[in-house]
Amino acid sequence: MDAAVTVTHVNKSFNKKRILHDVNLTASAHEILGLIGPSGAGKTTIIKNIMGMEQPDNGEVTIFGNPMPNRQVLQRIGFMAQDDALYESLTGRENLKFFAQLFGVKKDRLNARIDYTAGVVNLNQDLGKRVSNYSGGMKRRLSLAISLIQDPDLLVLDEPTVGIDPELRRQIWDELRKYARDGKSIIITTHVMEDAAECDELLMIREGHIITHGSPHSLEQEYHVDNLEQVFLKAGKSNENSNNH
Amino acid sequence: MRILTITKRIFVEMFRDKRTLALMCIAPLFILSLMYFLFQSNTNTVADMGSYNISSSLIKTIDNKHLKIHQISSDTPAKKVIRDKDYAGFIKKSDGKLVVTYQNADQNKTAIIKKSVQMALINVQIKQLVSATQKSKVGLLKMQAQLQQIKKQLPATISNRISAPSTPKNLQNPTSLKLTQHYLYGKSNSSFFTTMLPVFLGFMVFFFVFLISGISLLNERNSRTLDRLLATPVKRSEIIYGYLTGYGAVAIIQTAVIVLFCIYVLGISILGSIWVVLLICFALAMVALSMGLFVSTFAASEFQMVQFIPIVVIPQIFFSGLIPVANMAGWLQVIAHIMPLYYGASALTDVIQKQATFASILPQFSAILAFLVVFIVLNMIGMRKYRKV
Repeated sequence: MDAAVTVTHVNKSFNKKRILHDVNLTASAHEILGLIGPSGAGKTTIIKNIMGMEQPDNGEVTIFGNPMPNRQVLQRIGFMAQDDALYESLTGRENLKFFAQLFGVKKDRLNARIDYTAGVVNLNQDLGKRVSNYSGGMKRRLSLAISLIQDPDLLVLDEPTVGIDPELRRQIWDELRKYARDGKSIIITTHVMEDAAECDELLMIREGHIITHGSPHSLEQEYHVDNLEQVFLKAGKSNENSNNH
Repeated sequence: MRILTITKRIFVEMFRDKRTLALMCIAPLFILSLMYFLFQSNTNTVADMGSYNISSSLIKTIDNKHLKIHQISSDTPAKKVIRDKDYAGFIKKSDGKLVVTYQNADQNKTAIIKKSVQMALINVQIKQLVSATQKSKVGLLKMQAQLQQIKKQLPATISNRISAPSTPKNLQNPTSLKLTQHYLYGKSNSSFFTTMLPVFLGFMVFFFVFLISGISLLNERNSRTLDRLLATPVKRSEIIYGYLTGYGAVAIIQTAVIVLFCIYVLGISILGSIWVVLLICFALAMVALSMGLFVSTFAASEFQMVQFIPIVVIPQIFFSGLIPVANMAGWLQVIAHIMPLYYGASALTDVIQKQATFASILPQFSAILAFLVVFIVLNMIGMRKYRKV
C-alpha cells in the first residue's frame, strides 16, 4: 500500500505550550484513518499541520511524496474544516460552484459534480437557499460536499459527523467506505466512539500524545475490553504510567 | 480564471448586501449634497454688531447686507453687551476714537465686521476728500464770477486782454473707473464647495473603499473562509488580485455615481475629461483597497479595523489640499508627499478645475500607481502569514 500521508516526529508548540509531542502517522490508500480524542487533544492541530496551514516546529509532513506545505498538492486534497467556512450570503449551489472553479473543475463536469456531491449529503433540495438560512447540520453537510467537489485522492475531514442525523450519518459512512475501496485515502477526526468503530485504523490522542494505534478490533483485543471507550481509558492510564516512569 | 472566480464572488456578495452597497453609493451623495448647501449658505453669514454713540451717517456707511447693527442707548461696557446679547462685535465712539470689540467666537463674523468698518472708514475719507474738492470748486466758481464782475467794470481795452479763466477739466467730474472681473477657472459664483469638491470626491472614494475592502477581507479571515480558500490550490496573489478587481469594479460604479450626481444634480462643471476623473478615482480606490487589505492583517475584528481610520484615513484629509501644502512647514510637506490622497486630490483638482489633461497629471498619477505597487507587494508578504507557499 502506498503512503498517501506521512507525519514523522512532528512537534508543535503555541506560546511555549507544547501541543503536539512527537506525532507519527501514516495514512494509506484504500484506508480510513481515524484520529480520536477529546476536544483539546490536538486533533485539529495535527490536521492543520498535515494541510500545511501550520508549520511544525520540527519533523516532517509529506503528502503523496511531497513535503508540505505544497500548493500543487492541495489540488488532490478534499478538506473539511472544523468550523463551517462558508459564504453565508451565497446559496449552497454558489458555494459549491465557487470552490469547484477554484479547483479548476471543467465546465462540462461542473453541474454533474455539484449535483453528485449535494446528493451524497442529501442537500439537492436546498441548494437554491442562501447558506445564512441553513441549519447547523445543513452547513456541516455543505462543507462535506465542498470537500468532495474536485473528486480528490485524499480526504481530510475534521469532525465531519457533528450535527448530522443517524440515517444520513450511515449514508455518509457508506459513501466514504466506497471511496476507500476506490483507492482514496481518508483521514477523519472525531470524538464519537461510534465513528471510531467505522475506521480501518485508529490513532488515539490525548494531550498531544498518540497513546495507542491499531484497527478497532485489534485494539479491543489488545486491551481485553469490548468497546473502544474502554480502550481509550485503559490506553490513557498506561500511557500516564509509562510517562511517569 | 481563479481571479475572476473570486471577483465574481465578491460582486455577488456585494450586490446581495444592499445596505453596504447603499453606503458606498448613497452616503457620499448625501454628504456631498449636505456640504453643497452648507458651504453655499456660508456666503450669507450675517453678523450682529452693537453700536453706541455712532452718528447715523457713519452707521449708514458701515451698514451692508452681511451686517446687522443694533443701536445701544446707554453706555454699557462692550464685553457686557456682547455677552448679554450674543453680538459678534460692538463699536463705540469715545474721545473722537472708534473702538471696536469683537466676540471672536466665529472668525468669519469677526472678519465681516473688520472689513465693514474698514471699508466704511475708507468711504468716509473719500467723501471728505470729495467734499473738499467740491468746496474748492465752488470757491473757484465764485472767484470766476467775481472776476467777470470786475472785468465788466474795467474799460473794454483792458477787459479784452484778460482771457476768461476756465475751470480745470478734471474738476468737473471725478473720473469713474469701471470694474470688470474675469475668472480663469470657475465662475464668479464659485463657492468654497466648488474648490473642495475634487478633494472630497477623492476622499469619499478612498474612505469607503478602504473601510469596506478591509472589513471584507477581515470577515473572510474571521469566518475561516480565508483558511478554506487557502486549502485550495489558489495562489495568494490570485486572492489579492481577485479582491482588487472585485472592489475596483465597485469603486468605478461608486465614482461614476458621485461624478454624475455632481454634474447633473449639483450643477458642478468639470472642466477636464470625465474619463480622466474616473481613471484617477479608480487608481485611488485601488490604493485604498490595497491599503485596506494590508491594514486588515493587523486587525482582529471590525472594531479594530475602524480604529485604523483616525490613523490612516483622517490625516490624509489635511494633506489633500484643503490646507495649501506649499505653505506648510518643511517636515509637514514631507509627510504630505507620503499620503496617497495628496496626489489623488491634487490630480483631481487639476482636472476638474483647471482642465488639465491626462499628460499633465501624469506625475501625480504615477505616484498613485507607485503606492499601489508598494501595497500590493506588502499584501503578498502579509498573506504569507496565512499560508507559506
